[in-house]
Amino acid sequence: MPTSTETVLDKFEKPPFYKSLGAYDWVWAVLIFLAGGQLFMRYAAQMETFDQGVLLGSLITLLIAGWAWKPIRTLSLIVSALSICAITLYKGDISNAEQVFALQYLISSQSAVMWMSALYVMATLAYLFALIASSQFTNRVASFMTWSATAMGLVGFMVRWYESYLLGADIGHIPVSNLYEVFILFAVIMGLLYLYYEDRFRTYTMGVFALAMISASVGFILWYTFGRGGTEIQPLVPALQSYWMKIHVPANFVGYGSFSLAAMLGAAYLLRASIARRNPHSVWLARLPELELLDDVMHKAIALGFAFFTVATVLGAFWAAEAWGNYWSWDPKETWALIVWLNYAAWMHMRLSKGWRGAPLAWWALIGLLVTLFAFLGVNMFLSGLHSYGEL
Amino acid sequence: MSQNQNTNIDEGDAPSVKKPLKNRSRSGLLEFFGSMNLAITLLVAVAIAAVIGTVLQQGLPYKDYIVKFGPFWFDVFKELGLYNIYGSAWFLTIVAFLLTSTAVCIYRNAPIIYRDMTHFRVNVQEKSLRAFHLKAQWVANHSSEDTLKIALAYLKSRGYRIHQKAHEKHTVVAAMKGEANRLGYLFTHAAIVVICIGALIDSNIPLKIAEFRGEVQPETRNIDARQVPEVSRLSAAENSAFRGNISLPEKTYTDFVNLYVGEGYLIQELPFTIKLQDFRIEHYASGQPKSFESDLIISAPNRPPLMQTIAVNHPLSYDGYTIYQSGFGDGGSLLHLNVWPLDRSATSAPETVKVAVYDSEPLQLESVTLSLELGDFRRNNIQPVTAAQEDGDGPKFQDIGPSFTFKLRRPDGRAREFLNYMAPVLRNGRYYFLSGVRDSVAEEFHYLAVPVDEQGGMTRFMHLLELLHNPRQVSEAALRAANHFLHETQIDGELLPNSVARSIERLVTLFATGGFGAVTDHVLSTVPEPRQEEVGSAYVRLLRSALKNLYIDVLVREGLAPEVGLSNAEKQFFDDAVNAIDGISPFGAPAFLQLARYEEIQASNLQVTVAPGRDTVYVGCVLLVVGIFMLFYLSHRRLWVMVTQGESGQTRVVFAGSGNRNTADFEQEFEAMRADLKKHSSTQDGA
Ligand code: HEM
Repeated sequence: MPTSTETVLDKFEKPPFYKSLGAYDWVWAVLIFLAGGQLFMRYAAQMETFDQGVLLGSLITLLIAGWAWKPIRTLSLIVSALSICAITLYKGDISNAEQVFALQYLISSQSAVMWMSALYVMATLAYLFALIASSQFTNRVASFMTWSATAMGLVGFMVRWYESYLLGADIGHIPVSNLYEVFILFAVIMGLLYLYYEDRFRTYTMGVFALAMISASVGFILWYTFGRGGTEIQPLVPALQSYWMKIHVPANFVGYGSFSLAAMLGAAYLLRASIARRNPHSVWLARLPELELLDDVMHKAIALGFAFFTVATVLGAFWAAEAWGNYWSWDPKETWALIVWLNYAAWMHMRLSKGWRGAPLAWWALIGLLVTLFAFLGVNMFLSGLHSYGEL
Repeated sequence: MSQNQNTNIDEGDAPSVKKPLKNRSRSGLLEFFGSMNLAITLLVAVAIAAVIGTVLQQGLPYKDYIVKFGPFWFDVFKELGLYNIYGSAWFLTIVAFLLTSTAVCIYRNAPIIYRDMTHFRVNVQEKSLRAFHLKAQWVANHSSEDTLKIALAYLKSRGYRIHQKAHEKHTVVAAMKGEANRLGYLFTHAAIVVICIGALIDSNIPLKIAEFRGEVQPETRNIDARQVPEVSRLSAAENSAFRGNISLPEKTYTDFVNLYVGEGYLIQELPFTIKLQDFRIEHYASGQPKSFESDLIISAPNRPPLMQTIAVNHPLSYDGYTIYQSGFGDGGSLLHLNVWPLDRSATSAPETVKVAVYDSEPLQLESVTLSLELGDFRRNNIQPVTAAQEDGDGPKFQDIGPSFTFKLRRPDGRAREFLNYMAPVLRNGRYYFLSGVRDSVAEEFHYLAVPVDEQGGMTRFMHLLELLHNPRQVSEAALRAANHFLHETQIDGELLPNSVARSIERLVTLFATGGFGAVTDHVLSTVPEPRQEEVGSAYVRLLRSALKNLYIDVLVREGLAPEVGLSNAEKQFFDDAVNAIDGISPFGAPAFLQLARYEEIQASNLQVTVAPGRDTVYVGCVLLVVGIFMLFYLSHRRLWVMVTQGESGQTRVVFAGSGNRNTADFEQEFEAMRADLKKHSSTQDGA
């Protein structure tokens, strides 16, 4: 039956990529194009070539990210709208942060960060409640809160970036230069990573574990805000004035965020495994995430973190060669980045080549968190070196 | 080594998790080096060494370690090379092992990977396909020919590459995609080797060997660079990789840099000279440096000089040398100091001395000759404006002007450190000249605060001090105080003015040398306890009265008319002056050094490096990143469709697959493909 075979074969013609894009995807592309055009028209003259490259790269990344993971589009549009709103309300005067109602209570960077903090903590409690009560509705609420918290965190980030320029054109810089700022970045990135896996695997069961870690970092942000009064925007020391910072630091935090997520999933794994051992019929087993799922997502998170951590370290080396006179100086932060990296390289070798699975790797991921935390915080607290920018 | 099924399936074999490398390995040495256990041990060893290297601060002067660990552990740690771990022989050995191990691993895996990437395995047998985890079979409604066509088209449309082979009774379509995943393995591991090689080139092992054999010896003395002997010098041609530092004052030039090694330094000569034409630094309002940059002129024989400005993050490359702006400092600014003696030789016309920053100069005073060792000079001292001074929207920071530090060393070698401000500093609403002193860096500075006179100088205070040490003036002032006292208390006759005056004189002398403390001591040792308080306060009143008389003498000499009484400001000055004199004894220096004028010379700290391995390292880095993404985000997937024409005319299809990554995703893909294929190959007429 040659004719029918032909018709069958026609069906296999793979549709070209653009056909897989929906109307929203096209609107998204047009919006990115217009926004990019605006930015370049307004600011290209004030930017170095490299900064323009970073901007172009970010636009393309955002475009593709939105196509690949659809919720990014709505999230970005909301964040952009709120940030532009804040910028408009500031009217170029930083003191409006305390005078304009919407800024003071909603979208000045500090208020936005407070909203982020509150929403993340509430989301944690909601996920916990959903787990205990086995309530799917509460899960959806918790997920919505996590999305909102992430949006507010991003608004805080963007607006703080703008605020820094209001303090003086020479002071303005991307807010990733001290501990307060990078903790916001950490919370948001970890939030996004979690939401990605939640969406991809269509399960809320990992929520409470991921959010617990985010809440811990929120705790730190609150302590830093109220206990230390450390929220002020500080000008950059000369070594940090470089386009490298815009990619090096965020790449590092994708790494930290992924490793932390993997550790929390490791904890979930161990918890579930221990419950199952004690009581194979426990009602909790139906509510906690499946072991295979945890093992899989843990591995994915570590791989993602490892890839980004590698990029970050390599970029750090390029930057160091420009700022400190050598691509590698065995500075404590650098060295601890290497230790973290070696640790997860060993983890992956064990999994891939020795075929380890499950509990030992979960324990290792959990211990890996200590190593990661030391690289992130401990180095700043206990060791001094060239990286002494965010002291505790 | 790898559990990857692809590697293990040879045609006809059932997929198994055996370890083919072990079987193939011929040499025990290769076996050892290529073993995963060694690899992981080495990774962990590097990590542990790195932990030690960060916990134990590297590259400090040896004496710091001795203080920290005591002589015994100091020696032990020194033998272990713990003070410079990353340059120690054992660490380099571990790195060399890691390099070898990874290289062997590549050597052994590369052929397997090559085969794995290129062989489609069209000879696979039905029995082995049936043993796969992912497998399916069904009966198609099409002829075997059409079924094959459909399978081919379908797999192609899903991005698979395809090989097909007709066997006696059946045909096999073997498909795969994502082979680059396997290349990712090669890239990542080759990258490790490449990076290690680049780093070893830059660690300059030949120099380490020369040092070890004593052909090169670090200089430990602090001497002029020209006097450093040949054994501590490296010519421009001699060294292939280095990282050197130099602090270059404005308008000077250098043709060498210092390499800090162990406890000393080497002079590394350059094939060009670097001249610092100008150095500029900008500050934020808060006083933090905002940017600093140097205008350099590089001159080499037979070449036009190169002028270029460098700044942090903007180095200059020249002939394989890279010149960095690493910091700044003082290049020997000249300070003109007024020396105001605070002892018996106090004067209202000070001598001046001229000293350069970091230099020392003998300081001749009446009582001793001290060595004045100048420390740092700072032109600006930016401080936050305190709440008390703040008037609304005014600036948040202010510059309180230049300061300098210095040490005064006694003949017996003991020294105290001082910090003086040039301009008067506001304290409690009034201005003072401040000089801070401390015995060790661990302490805070204690300040002597000399009040500022109407001319804005120290003359009035020093004048008062001068009179205080002048016996004739003192006895006159004491007599006036005594008369005044006797007149006020109306006990003339009982006490003679002269004897009262002599007592007052003694009090004044005590005060001049030891402050109120000396007066108190005197009271405690001469007056019986019940009357100490009463007598003490009487003494203080008499003393202040005499001091005030001296002060009035000073004002009269200045041409002011104090008969009408002291103004509030003058009274305040007097109180401050008395406090200051009281503070001289704990201050403990025989002179106050006032900065009168300065000629600032800045120095730019430069770093010069040669890193021939750098590009190698960068290539390795790029390879690493590319390799890792290939490894993680591509999955090597294989599919087989085996079509058999059965005896009874039906077409039997066996479908199987294997993937080396993200097996869960692949399972889904496989399931979808199976459904598709089954549907299409069993439909009657394309519906
Ligand atoms: C610093 C040294 C090394 C680093 C950073 C490194 C890194 C990696 C990474 C990231 C993977 C991928 C893991 C995964 O896909 O989850 C991997 C896989 C692997 N590594 Fe290494 N490795 C190193 C040294 C070695 C050595 C010395 C050996 C040999 C004994 C080795 C053998 C392997 C093997 C056989 C695989 C599996 C490859 C595959 O089948 O896809 N590695 N390595």
